[in-house]
Order: sequence, then C-alpha cells, then structure tokens
Amino acid sequence: MKVEIEEFKCVGAGHCVVAAPEVFDQRDDDGVVILLDADPPEHEHENTREAAQLCPAAAILLLEKATST
Amino acid sequence: MTEAHTEPKSLPIAAREPQCPYQPAAELRALQKEAELPRVKVPSPLLGEFDAVAITRYEDVKDALGDSRLQMGFEFDPDKPRTMLNQPGNLLNYNGEGHSRLRRMLTGFFTIKRIRALRPMIEQVVADRLDEVEAAGQGADLVRLFSTPIPTQVICELLGVPYADRADFQRRAKVGLDVNTTLEVQVQNLKDMDEYMSGLVAAHRRSPGENMLGQVVRDFGHELDDDELTGIGNMLLIAGHETTASMLSASAALLLQNPEQLAVVRDEPEAVDRAIEELLRYVCPATIMPREAAEDFAVRDQEIRKGERVVFSILAANRDERDDVEGDPDTLDVRRPQRPHVTFGHGAHQCLGQQLARMELRVALPALFQRFPTLTLAVPDDEVDYRTTALVFGVNALPVTW
Ligand code: HEM
Ligand code: SF4
Repeated sequence: MKVEIEEFKCVGAGHCVVAAPEVFDQRDDDGVVILLDADPPEHEHENTREAAQLCPAAAILLLEKATST
Repeated sequence: MTEAHTEPKSLPIAAREPQCPYQPAAELRALQKEAELPRVKVPSPLLGEFDAVAITRYEDVKDALGDSRLQMGFEFDPDKPRTMLNQPGNLLNYNGEGHSRLRRMLTGFFTIKRIRALRPMIEQVVADRLDEVEAAGQGADLVRLFSTPIPTQVICELLGVPYADRADFQRRAKVGLDVNTTLEVQVQNLKDMDEYMSGLVAAHRRSPGENMLGQVVRDFGHELDDDELTGIGNMLLIAGHETTASMLSASAALLLQNPEQLAVVRDEPEAVDRAIEELLRYVCPATIMPREAAEDFAVRDQEIRKGERVVFSILAANRDERDDVEGDPDTLDVRRPQRPHVTFGHGAHQCLGQQLARMELRVALPALFQRFPTLTLAVPDDEVDYRTTALVFGVNALPVTW
C-alpha cells in the first residue's frame, strides 16, 4: 500500500493521527498532516484505510497494490 | 416530553418527535425516504424563510459536503446590516482559499497533541464543578452547575476571555442561535457581541496575552484587521461553549434514563471513547447545516441548480438505515462498533473544535458518574425540559438527586 497526502486540502481535523499514529502526524504550527510512512507495513493497513475514510477533506490517497500478480 | 407551554414553530428539517426529542420527527424520516430530493422551507431570522433542497441521507450528505461547488453563500458586504452571516473572521462565512487561509491560522491550537496536553486543565475544571454540584445538594441543576460552566470555562481559559463576563456572552450566544427572533434582535445582538469582543481584541493588540487571542495577534496580527480578529474571537467563544454544553446535558439525561449504559461510561475507561462517539451520533446538538450551490451539480443524478440553497440534516443522516453498517440506528448502544456520523459536519468546514469537544466529554461524563454513583433524575423522564426549536438542540434544566 502506498500513501499520498494532499497537504493543501487538509483541514487539520486530526482524524488520521488518531486512527493511524504510526503513519500520520500533524505539524505543530498549523495542524497540517505530516506523512510519517508512505509505505506502511501490513499491520498498519487497516488503520490507514480508516484514516483515509475518516478524513473530512479527502486529503489522503491510498494506492492499494493488487494482491494478484 | 410534555408540551406544557406553546411551542414556537420548529424547523421541519430539524424536527424531533414530540414524544421523544432524541428521535427525528416522522416528517423528517418521510423526507429521507423520498427518491426525489425534496425542497423544503427553512425559517431564518437572518434570511427570512427560504426554500432549500433537503439532503438527509448519510451518503448524500458526505458526497455533497465534500464537493467544492457547494459553498457557504455569504460574502461580507459592508453595506448590509451586520449579522452572524455578514461578519468577517467567522470561518463559516468563507469558501476556498479565503477559508483555508483563516482556518490554518487556528488549526495549530486544535491538534491532537495540543488537545491531549489540555487534559489536566479540563480535569481540574470538571473537579471544581463537581464540588459545586455537591455543595448545591439534592435537586442540583446539572445544566447550570455542570454542563454550561465546563465548556464555558475551558473556552474562556483557552481563548483569553474573562470567565467573569459569562452571564452576558452566554445570553448573547443563546439569542444568536434562536431561530424565533427578528432580524432587528439579531443585528443588535451581534453589535453587542462585537463591542465586547473588540474590547478584548484591542487589549491583546496593546499587549498580546499567552492564550489563543494573544497568540493569533502575535503571529498573524499584521495580516488580520480588528474586524477579522473580533469575528474569530466571537466564533470561537460561541461555537466553543453552546454545542458542548448541550452535548453534556443531553448525554447526561440520556444515560440517566439508560442505567446499564451509564454503568459502561462510569466503570469501563477503555469503553469511554467509543461511548462518546455513539452519544455524539445519537444526540447531534447541531441539527442542520446550510449551503448554496455556486454551480450546477448533482446528487444521486438529481440536478441542483446554481443559486439554489441546500440544507443538510445531521439528525436524519446519523439515523440513516445503511446496508454497510449493522444494528438499529435509532437505538442508543454505547458498546456498538463504530457507526460513522456527521455530528461535526464533513468537508472543509468540519468542526475545528471537535477534538476539544471530545476531550471535554471524555473527561466530564465519567467523572460525573464516578463522583455520584447513585445519580438519578429528580423529575420523571418525560418531564425533562428539552430545547428543540433552537439551532442547537439541548436541555434547559436537569435537576438530579443522589
Ligand atoms: C459537541 C460539540 C460540538 C458540535 C456538535 C459542533 C458541531 C459543528 C458543526 C456541525 C460544524 C460544521 C458547520 C457547517 O459545516 O455548516 C462546526 C463547525 C465549527 N465548530 Fe464546532 N461543534 C462542537 C464544538 C466546538 C468547539 C468546542 C469549538 C471551538 C472551540 C468549535 C468550533 C467550531 C468552528 C470554529 C467551526 C467552523 C469551522 C469552519 O467553518 O471551518 N466547535 N461545529
Ligand atoms: S484527517 Fe485529513 S484533514 Fe484531518 S489532519 Fe488528517 S489529512 Fe488533515
């Protein structure tokens, strides 16, 4: 899974930090999302999906790798 | 609920069942079932009664609020009377770039980290209020002694507004959210609010304090005029106490009527976060959100034309029957696996203060029931005095015994 963020969309609501603290953080000065891990390990995938789904600004993009080869 | 007094007209799009204020009214449920997007009349002292497309289904609410073609529809016009919708600084009156410019000046105060750091302060505020409830003795009114003072004191502390001034600004906030008032009353009310806040802003201009207002003046004072600073201050002061107070009162009332769920909140710390999310979904103090179509667009292939007003029902959307989520949405179940809600809105304007509100609820509710394990309502369930006609749903009084 690859994660991308679109900073300009972020409204600093912090859902991503709550859902997946290993993958996302927020800048101290303006609350904008920081991507900690653009290629999170398997056990973080569920949390990361939840973060993307909760994000009110659709600022988190997930590129799920196809499981079949 | 008993209808002892004559009810002022309530918003049909925000209507709650007369017998149970926690349930959307039958008319509202009927709107939600209609295949075609219904048009409704919405009363407003500021705009007069207006026609709007009603959006009531959860998926539609999320789709449409995430669409930048829907805008707030209020641009500041210095020649028109000042109202809450015609006030610089209030984030709800901005769109696009102008909105994110202002919002980014404030989001730093509401990051998860900052809110977590506030926990000890909030715990202290709550403990002090519980002492007062105890001192007041049997029959104490939780609205007056607990739900209202907690978020008021917290926002005063954060913002840098003297708590001693609360009687006046609480009254003005109530008027501001009352749909059964005239335009004249609203204009005068905002004038009073602006006068008060601009005094505080001027003081921070002279010597910026350590709190939010002072910090905003220090960091962005050169970019913001006094009008904008006043609007920011008023917005945070009103938004910061009224809704959270309603949430505390209504949650306490609901839990006191559901003792086995109250016990979960009181006794199971690890269950609290989820329980608060369910209470937020179920109570939803802010019931509607207005918008305007800046361009033509469609919801479920149905056209909404440029210039049409749109109104979202949070209450209906939170109770939407959905295939992808199990369980009956009309039952309060603090143990249920997450059921998503739009109590804080969605999209670019989603509540700025939501993490603060969550923290206050998570601290205050368990503390209340731990301090008074035998707490019960001092009036029969159906005599609790709810406020169902204002823009923010709430409880007028909540006498308790223990
Ligand atoms: C349980 C308590 C609360 C509820 C239910 C609530 C609800 C909402 C809702 C529904 C919106 C979106 C309105 C719209 O899109 O039209 C909103 C926006 C907002 N809320 Fe809250 N709120 C709560 C607490 C707070 C607190 C504690 C603060 C501040 C300290 C706050 C500050 C704001 C601000 C500034 C906005 C405007 C955001 C923007 O336009 O970008 N709210 N709130
Ligand atoms: S959830 Fe979305 S809007 Fe909120 S901080 Fe994360 S990226 Fe930004």
